[in-house]
Amino acid sequence: MERKRFQSRALLLLMLPGLAYFLLFHYGALVGNVIAFKEYVPFDGLWGSPWVGLGNFQRMFEDAAFWDSVVNTVWIAVLQLVFYFPVPLALALLLHSLTWSTVRRFVQSVAYLPHFISWVIVVALFQQVLGDTGLLNSSLDGMGLHTVDIIGDPDAFKPLVVAQVIWKDAGWGTIIFLAALAQVDEQQYEAAAIDGAGPWRRFWHVTLPAIRPVIVLLLIMRLGDILSVGFEQMLLQRDAVGPEAAEIIDTFVYYQGIVGGDYGFAAAAGLFKGVIGALLVYAANKVAHRLGEQGVYK
Amino acid sequence: MSAGTRAGTRAPARPGWMEKPRPVTQGAKAVALVAVVLLVCVPFLVIVSTSLASTDEVVANGGWVLWPTEPSLDAYRDILDGGIVTHALGVSAGVTIVGTLLSLACTVTLAYALSRPGVLGGRPVLLLVLFTFLFPPGMIPSFLLVKELGLLDSYASLVLPVLVNVFNLVVLRGFFQGIPEELYEAARLDGAGDWRVLVSVVLPLSKAALAVVGLFYAVAYWNSWFYASLYLESDHWPLQQVLRTYVIAGSGLTDATTGEGTVTAPQTVQMAVLVIATVPILLVYPFLQKYFTKGVLTGAIKS
Repeated sequence: MERKRFQSRALLLLMLPGLAYFLLFHYGALVGNVIAFKEYVPFDGLWGSPWVGLGNFQRMFEDAAFWDSVVNTVWIAVLQLVFYFPVPLALALLLHSLTWSTVRRFVQSVAYLPHFISWVIVVALFQQVLGDTGLLNSSLDGMGLHTVDIIGDPDAFKPLVVAQVIWKDAGWGTIIFLAALAQVDEQQYEAAAIDGAGPWRRFWHVTLPAIRPVIVLLLIMRLGDILSVGFEQMLLQRDAVGPEAAEIIDTFVYYQGIVGGDYGFAAAAGLFKGVIGALLVYAANKVAHRLGEQGVYK
Repeated sequence: MSAGTRAGTRAPARPGWMEKPRPVTQGAKAVALVAVVLLVCVPFLVIVSTSLASTDEVVANGGWVLWPTEPSLDAYRDILDGGIVTHALGVSAGVTIVGTLLSLACTVTLAYALSRPGVLGGRPVLLLVLFTFLFPPGMIPSFLLVKELGLLDSYASLVLPVLVNVFNLVVLRGFFQGIPEELYEAARLDGAGDWRVLVSVVLPLSKAALAVVGLFYAVAYWNSWFYASLYLESDHWPLQQVLRTYVIAGSGLTDATTGEGTVTAPQTVQMAVLVIATVPILLVYPFLQKYFTKGVLTGAIKS
């Protein structure tokens, strides 16, 4: 008995630093959201500033720029769902179909790499390739063709950011599909082939049913996370095309709060996103369970 | 190389029941694979080549080169000569090393405690941690907290607010739980307490998981720039934030050491900074890659 208590005390001690971190920097900061219901006065600080009730939220709901940022966020998320989401799946199927393992491993290594490159570098690389003095335009110019303004054009911004996400994360995104594909029982393919099923029918009746749970889960989770699109990516490029095209909720919070100093108002927008976002994730999980799939939590 | 290994690596191991793919399919696959490899590699080739070329050549070619005719290291000599980039490189290296060690220590201890069955308060703490994943505190409250704690313009502000990553914690906890209970029992019968079990049983068995999580932290610290822009004065900036100002915003920087006005960065120098910021990632990448195959991550992603 004595011994058990000693062990448990050692474990509690081990838990302490990590737990302290979460309590201070997550729950401590979470409490700071009270600023969303106050008018921040630098001299009075967080606790001394006067309460304004739901004033910040009211201002936010009447602010056209805020709604523009919501529309941009959802719009970019939907574009990513349509144009990014299928790419890792297709790439995983391609990689999985390779029987030459050396080639397969090489392409996998190359394709995972961009995931580990920072957004600063990715954006800089895209400028070097697609910018007005970049690889593409100087080649077009050299051939006597019209150059295309991709980096600074607000209309091209949304396709550009989707392309960047594909370049950076499509390879990394294959991991989860490849894991699902590796789980498929080889004998099912063999049995189907002996029954006369060609490659397409095998794909349709063996492969697809096997990876469907993963696809459904990822789709639902992405829908739950629809209010989040790459903050760093947008912040890095917002000034080049202007807020009309590039302002998302997170950059709205940044520019109103950090740049503009209107902390209460910005925190209100952030809190709005946090609450709606959490509700959406919760709902997405419910839907996943209802469909008989596993959610991210039980 | 023996005949056996040659056959193992080179001959396509197609199962007997699978039909031989048609040449069209084979060709389409080959094109797709080459395209993927080129799309990733060519941008890197362009920045490396441009950083090695002479300024004249770059200007003559319209801003970039695919292959420098007379490669030189002048651009690198310029930036590593003790100016802002050199300083920023030191900041990035320091924050990455110290941050990774601190993060790893706090993640390992918490993950270990949470992986043991029946630890007092284990369940509520786990829920407390997982809830932060669902509901992050938000940018403004986090900023105000760092400010209230007096951490503004300190390197601690780059590490402490992101000390433990929930995903990494879950990965390690899952890995620790996968260690057979008998090993714990055996160590305990030998009289080892929980600290001893962690140090002499769990950690030696978890090298692959520790390597992956450590490298994830290191990459995250190395790549981080937003917190630096939020919390630090410009003369304390790490490399990625300097790079952002230098290359993306296209503005010159005031040289902190020489105090000379703004440094206008020619294309070759910009590309050299870009390369220096990328190289450490390329160096650790093969190690990361080595452990992917061990199933550390796929197991974790599933849980």
